[in-house]
Amino acid sequence: MQVPAQFQYEKATSVGHALRLLAKYGAESRVVAGGHSLLPMMKLRLAQPEALIDINDLDELALIRVDDGELCVGAMVRHAALLDSAVAGEHFPIFHDAERVIADPIVRNRGTVGGSLCQADPSEDLSAAFCAVRATAVIEGLGGRRTVPVREFLVGPYETVLAGGEILVEIRVPIEGSVSAYEKVDRRAGDWAVAAAGAAVRFDGETLAEVGIGLTAVGATNFVAVEAEDFLRGGPATAGRITEAASIAARHCNPYADQRGPVAYKRSLVATLTARALTRAVARHHGER
Amino acid sequence: MQITVDVNGKSYAREIEPRLLLVHFLRDDLDLTGTHWGCDTSNCGVCVVWLDEVPVKSCTVLAAMVDGKSVRTVEGLASTEGLDPVQRGFTQCHGLQCGFCTSGMMMTARALLDSNPDPTEPEIRAAISGQLCRCTGYENIVRSIRWAAEYEAAEAATDFGDDLDEEVTA
Amino acid sequence: MTATEPNPATTPMGYGRMLRKEDARFLRGRGRYVDDVKLPGMLYGAVLRSPYAHARILSVDASAAEGHPKVLAVITGETLDAMGLAWMPTMSQDVQAVLATDKVRFQGQEVAFVVAEDRYAARDALELISVDYEPLPPLVDAKRALDPDAPLIRDDVKGRVNNHIFDWETGDKAKTDEVFAGADVVVTQDMLYPRVHPAPLETCGTVADLDPVSGKLTMWTTTQAPHAHRTVYALVAGIPEHKIRIVAPDLGGGFGNKVGIYPGYLCSIVGSILTGKPVKWMEDRSENLMSTSFARDYHMHGEIASTKDGKILGLRVKVLADHGAFNGTAQPTKFPAGFFGVFTGSYDLRAAHCEVTGVYTNKAPGGVAYACSFRITEAVYLVERMVDCLAYELGVDPAELRMRNLLRAEQFPYTCATGWEYDSGDYPRALRMALDMAGYDELRREQAEKRERGELMGIGISFFTEAVGAGPRKHMDIMGLGMADAAELRVHPTGKAVLRLSCMSQGQGHQTTFAQIVGEELGISPDDIEVVQGDTDQTPFGLGTYGSRSTPVSGAATAVAARKVRDRAKIVASAMLEVSPDDLEWEKGRWFVKGDPEQGRTITEIALAAHSSLELPEGIEGHLDASCVYNPPNLTYPFGAYVCVVDVDRDTGRVRVRRFIAVDDCGVRINPMIVEGQVHGGLADGIGMALMEGMAFDGDGNHLGGSFMDYLLPTSMECPSWELGETVTPSPHHPIGAKGVGESATVGSPPAVVNAVLDALKPLGVRHADMPLTPAAVWSAMQGTPLRTDLAIG
Repeated sequence: MQVPAQFQYEKATSVGHALRLLAKYGAESRVVAGGHSLLPMMKLRLAQPEALIDINDLDELALIRVDDGELCVGAMVRHAALLDSAVAGEHFPIFHDAERVIADPIVRNRGTVGGSLCQADPSEDLSAAFCAVRATAVIEGLGGRRTVPVREFLVGPYETVLAGGEILVEIRVPIEGSVSAYEKVDRRAGDWAVAAAGAAVRFDGETLAEVGIGLTAVGATNFVAVEAEDFLRGGPATAGRITEAASIAARHCNPYADQRGPVAYKRSLVATLTARALTRAVARHHGER
Repeated sequence: MQITVDVNGKSYAREIEPRLLLVHFLRDDLDLTGTHWGCDTSNCGVCVVWLDEVPVKSCTVLAAMVDGKSVRTVEGLASTEGLDPVQRGFTQCHGLQCGFCTSGMMMTARALLDSNPDPTEPEIRAAISGQLCRCTGYENIVRSIRWAAEYEAAEAATDFGDDLDEEVTA
Repeated sequence: MTATEPNPATTPMGYGRMLRKEDARFLRGRGRYVDDVKLPGMLYGAVLRSPYAHARILSVDASAAEGHPKVLAVITGETLDAMGLAWMPTMSQDVQAVLATDKVRFQGQEVAFVVAEDRYAARDALELISVDYEPLPPLVDAKRALDPDAPLIRDDVKGRVNNHIFDWETGDKAKTDEVFAGADVVVTQDMLYPRVHPAPLETCGTVADLDPVSGKLTMWTTTQAPHAHRTVYALVAGIPEHKIRIVAPDLGGGFGNKVGIYPGYLCSIVGSILTGKPVKWMEDRSENLMSTSFARDYHMHGEIASTKDGKILGLRVKVLADHGAFNGTAQPTKFPAGFFGVFTGSYDLRAAHCEVTGVYTNKAPGGVAYACSFRITEAVYLVERMVDCLAYELGVDPAELRMRNLLRAEQFPYTCATGWEYDSGDYPRALRMALDMAGYDELRREQAEKRERGELMGIGISFFTEAVGAGPRKHMDIMGLGMADAAELRVHPTGKAVLRLSCMSQGQGHQTTFAQIVGEELGISPDDIEVVQGDTDQTPFGLGTYGSRSTPVSGAATAVAARKVRDRAKIVASAMLEVSPDDLEWEKGRWFVKGDPEQGRTITEIALAAHSSLELPEGIEGHLDASCVYNPPNLTYPFGAYVCVVDVDRDTGRVRVRRFIAVDDCGVRINPMIVEGQVHGGLADGIGMALMEGMAFDGDGNHLGGSFMDYLLPTSMECPSWELGETVTPSPHHPIGAKGVGESATVGSPPAVVNAVLDALKPLGVRHADMPLTPAAVWSAMQGTPLRTDLAIG
């Protein structure tokens, strides 16, 4: 079995402690949360940090709560906890839709929300989901906290705006009466997405006051379909407009071919899944599950 | 580094390399070889153990991470009273063939029944969906877990039947 | 879930449902697999593998690795060359590099072997070996292997000028051509049975311990064929065979993956020789998927001829077989395409002919594995797809077309157009049962309604005939070793027994099934019979467990040995009762005097007497022991009828298998519970191969299925609840009428799934698409642009 290279190991006892450790070990250190992205890469020796800073014991980061009109999801919230969270599901069914199809139940017991976002895998489901609902990332460094929209937090494949010495501590999502849904096609249960789309919409009467469309695994800039959002915003949620928005999303994404499928297929999936996610979100607005 | 871990109710203190994986700690350092490994990518699930009561894939957890915590493995499934109903279910319903995935499957099954004593077939299938079996086509594993659920329900009815009635009427 | 009979808690005195004897240890985590073996002073090995599919090795510098404080030895091709061990013979009269000396010929090929104090250090040391490669153009596409400008892979063999391995044909070409010339309808279809991998959850590995004092080599190894391994090591490594002991402990699945001898095993032996310590080597998952025995990789061109009213007349097939960089397929010597020759399947044909051409490519060696019954998997897939293509063109229901052409019960024993003698069967009965269980007519009505609405639902049928239990030995050998198997039975003085087998369970439950065979024959409780297997010092010689051989061959040996014991017991009983043996009659567990049933002796009483001071007739030895080497007179021919129901998402190409009905006939069932379990597992294999398992290669020869993230195996979510049925047609030539079942479902299920998907796509005018039918492959087929699933998707 593959095994990681050697590293130094530190267990952080608080966020402050973790930040001090990061400062101490510098650029070649990595924070490890659930470890379900990082440890496999370390086993395959694709990642060889000199030091690991374990934040698994930071219970302060493992909370899901509502604060000041926002759903706050701590970075150390396990996927299983987000899936179990009634308050998260009530306001953002997209999280439950997505969590049900992220990896498998055992991985979800250990993997974390923050870890997934920080890994910034181009096929990460939560990236699309958080982008769809326009979440904000709360980042802490020794100099204090800053917030960045998740859409800007994710800057490229495996790349975030986190600077050296910073930790993602929380994701906040404004609760504004949106409805949402997530649709994914995978080759098999637990597989990464061939393509997936998340949609969050807020109605003002019959009009779509706000629209968020997140896409994953298809090379969408910042995991979002901005052009489709712009098209839909300000008008009604008719089937025809949804179809048009979906095809706009398909045109503007930039998938690459791999064993999950050729480009044309992935583009077609974007259209199908965007339409399905939007339709399901709208149906939820009308009281369906 | 030095770690102290409670495994199946017994405390073990060991000097380890920080990079040691939990599965190797259990197998090589503690000689608890009932937990297996089958891939490098946390896909197969033959390494599932409980970490503080929660099933995890021990190939993707560092032994260092479990310092001060408790781990339960297949070796800790049976009690002094005998085999766990899950273990009985697996033999009753032929839920194992080569036996390689069995430990992990049973640890997940036990956790499932602890949180959901009466799972449906789809719930059972979802619960074990992160664990591969190459022999059984999953059919008899699902049946085994249902068997254990029904066994435990029947036991509970026998042992605590009167108490239950009281609770219901109260 | 389908209801089956509950499994009783009591042990039957012979055949019947019985809980497994082996479960007790596995339930407690007390199984003992190779990686559980821990010996004093044991060292750990790790293999350095080639990142290239094709490259010349300019130099290997192991000095830094040798300088690692925990490294005891580094073995390179050069080290082995000096010992005459750089190359080893394959099971198909070729050679394979143990550690590469001249070139690497597939990605993942073995280049060096490190022996270190622990497994982490061994892995670290691999990073310290520096290999200078000169990359060469790789040959990835088997269809280009014979092009004049194709890169030459096997330049190690003097005089070799191309990548051609063999041509093989079977059947009557002239007669087949004649049948085709006169046929009303000829349908042609190309199809690929992609490269797949058995992927047992336990990877391959060994602990090699060469005792420097006694010179005895003991190897705890993941092997399905311990005796064959021993003989091969004796021949290859020059260790006297009596100084080799192979022990196969518990195996975490095999499915054909653990038949062959891998370079890591030999390197471990050399590591033990060099260090004087036991050396453990366990491959990781990527090593398993990328370097050990794959299966299939048959590019097939099929033609089927019929009358206009659907009487099938003939089959004509051409196969291009991708054998990888070394011809290492595990199959009987005279059968370079395995048993593909039974491609006429379950139908009464006038003529059939096939040609198979084997070629080298820059891929891992192997080809026969994964419960394939020596390539009957490919044969059944071909014929069952061809029959469906014919049904498509004729506009006939595929069930009806099969019913019209299946062999009839009265035709058995039946010699097929390519000369195989099918022992027994009642095919229409099995198909009718499967259709009834499925509610076939109702399903077709539902499908018609759905088609009206534009929904895609498919019903797929396959009917398979297997040929398992090889030999006879005069026709079948592997590396010169005749395909027979043995059993030794010893009844102890107290009437308990020990049975020693040459075959080796990988999860099939031999400890239980074989004890039941003895129980049935002798009336000794299976609980009182110890079954020993896997240890060459304790068991008789035989070729092992693959090709569904255990019950047909070792099972027969067991029954015959038990009957010999019974005969011997009769003589002892006659001495005890002071009557002539001719006056005795057997009932399960005892001999009694004809006409006087009170006068009798149980097998337990007889066993004690056989070991006592009782005077036995002249020339009769004491004890109740017997053995048998069983040389099968013919193969056995299990068969079955499968129906699969799928729903296909028209927009995404996703396939959901809704139902799967499997009627199997494997002759007499010793333990129906175990038989059903074997079928369940094989059905899941079929879902996997048909829908997700695939090993494609990119243009550089990179393996695109080298981990469980990329090589997808089915989970509980993709598998429906299997619906099983059975018919029982005993094998007339087998001592207990059993036929073997381990591979039936793996052989029979993939075409049922594929036929179902293509049945769903029929309204879109799609007749064929290759496995694996991933969502992308299904969608692409719907667009009229089918994917080539052996190459990278571009």
